[in-house]
Amino acid sequence: MADEPLVLGIETSCDETGVGIVRGTTLLANAVASSVDAHARFGGVVPEIASRAHLEAMVPTIERALKDAGVSARDLDGIAVTAGPGLAGALLVGVSAAKAYAYALDKPLYGVNHLASHICVDQLEHGPLPEPTMALLVSGGHSSLLLAPDITSDVRPMGATIDDAAGEAFDKIARVLNLGFPGGPVIDRLAKEGDPNAIAFPRGLTGSRDPAYDFSFSGLKTAVARWVEAKRNAGEDVPVRDVAASFQEAVVDVLTRKAVRACKDQGVDHLMIGGGVAANSRLRALAEERCERAGIRLRVPRPGLCTDNGAMVAALGAEMVARNRPASDLELSADSSLPVTDPHVPGNHDHDHDHDHLHEISKENLYS
Amino acid sequence: MDTATPAVTVALHDGQSVVAQSSQVDARRHGELLLPAVHRVLGEAGLKLDAVTGVVVGVGPGPYTGLRVGLVTAATFASALGVPVHGLCTLDGLAYASGIDEPFVVATDARRKEVYWARYDDHRTRATEPSVDRPADIADRVAGLPAVGAGARLYGEVFADARDPEHQSAAALAALAAERLAAGGELLDPLPMYLRRPDAQVPKNYKVVTPK
Ligand SMILES: [Zn+2]
Repeated sequence: MADEPLVLGIETSCDETGVGIVRGTTLLANAVASSVDAHARFGGVVPEIASRAHLEAMVPTIERALKDAGVSARDLDGIAVTAGPGLAGALLVGVSAAKAYAYALDKPLYGVNHLASHICVDQLEHGPLPEPTMALLVSGGHSSLLLAPDITSDVRPMGATIDDAAGEAFDKIARVLNLGFPGGPVIDRLAKEGDPNAIAFPRGLTGSRDPAYDFSFSGLKTAVARWVEAKRNAGEDVPVRDVAASFQEAVVDVLTRKAVRACKDQGVDHLMIGGGVAANSRLRALAEERCERAGIRLRVPRPGLCTDNGAMVAALGAEMVARNRPASDLELSADSSLPVTDPHVPGNHDHDHDHDHLHEISKENLYS
Repeated sequence: MDTATPAVTVALHDGQSVVAQSSQVDARRHGELLLPAVHRVLGEAGLKLDAVTGVVVGVGPGPYTGLRVGLVTAATFASALGVPVHGLCTLDGLAYASGIDEPFVVATDARRKEVYWARYDDHRTRATEPSVDRPADIADRVAGLPAVGAGARLYGEVFADARDPEHQSAAALAALAAERLAAGGELLDPLPMYLRRPDAQVPKNYKVVTPK
């Protein structure tokens, strides 16, 4: 529909420079420039390398997204940008670009939350989000269980990792097995040829007295490293495929078990899974199986929308426009630890003026 | 505009003279301060951004996080407006503002006990490529020369003849750019002058967890 908001979204919280364009809940463009190869030899994302890459890629990626979408910047209804959480220097490149773009084009600016964007992106895949939605966000930077009654204004943390993020555990185990960085895709691939029940690795925080919705992957990581080292010290071959499969099973078992439990406890009949780890094939399969058994509808976007991208930011920005949320102002800053409970960062508006305006409207409603 | 030093500085130049300008010194808030400063400067001149026919940005050298704010803002303005964007060495702006007509040095604070610096023959003519060094290591190369910029004030034992200006001003940068463009001179591409490789520690192989 042509009257749905046309929004450009910018994402630079980690190592992907993403610019997406959406119209309402329809994806028009999703341009991504990744610096992942530049980080590979360091075994993790190096913030300064990421920031330098964002600066180089920013304007070309914006221009590519506009071209892909076949829209003119003049027709945009708003510019959205990840204001946080993420790497401070990386976020600042995107926030500065978004402010400059919004100012130059005289469009409203929406600084939005990266985590809420990961949830909202599913609107581009499966239509409007059910309210409430339960979301499991798993990536190299985050592992959280969130309840979202309204993605533009009300996102509640149910649980989160108390140590490593799920994706971080994949990277670390890949390093233990000398498989390179990033670890997620290669472990997923090798695990398909291994036995997930070969080794009984521990399931963190699943005891009856443990917090029901929090995660811990640090103990699992140590257990896997210990097991592999014991094999090596004994001069035996490490069954890499079985280790990968058993490790992956331990991670996705805990993730899906807790997510499904949260849905049941809260009476929510939809589970959304997002973040880079949502691309993991075993996580998708096991979530599918357990959700079906529990009568829960599972929503997982395609892998290209699960990893960090600009379309997810545009999706949330479009929802902000559609629901008349206040725009951010020109002082908007990057906030590396923006709380998940702030889906966006509204500006300091002139409240007196707003109130007068509201009074006028209500008077009219009362007396006309 | 220039954000390569603690100064967040913006100026509007009409080809003849500076129409309006804003400078704030706050090393930690470049991202927050720059756009409101642009808005203020344009407002003072009674203009909107689309009246601008070109953008000039200081390309450093300078602390990276702040430096990138100006560069990405300038590049994005240029893309959105369809106007050219040019770079100028930040040190050249300080040199130009000093008006000094004898050999001198510009030095800014590079943190980590170093300065970004270059030597000039006069306020329009840079004699050396900008570099980053510990002041003590360049003492013989700057001895006896006047020096401008915050780096000169910070290390008085090396820069004995510290003079104004201490801080970068976009007004000087814009005036210098206008002068060079009018003379048919070339400006730089709007690309960052980092002068240092990124800090990146290659992690050691994973930590062995089993006791030896
Ligand atoms: Zn993410």
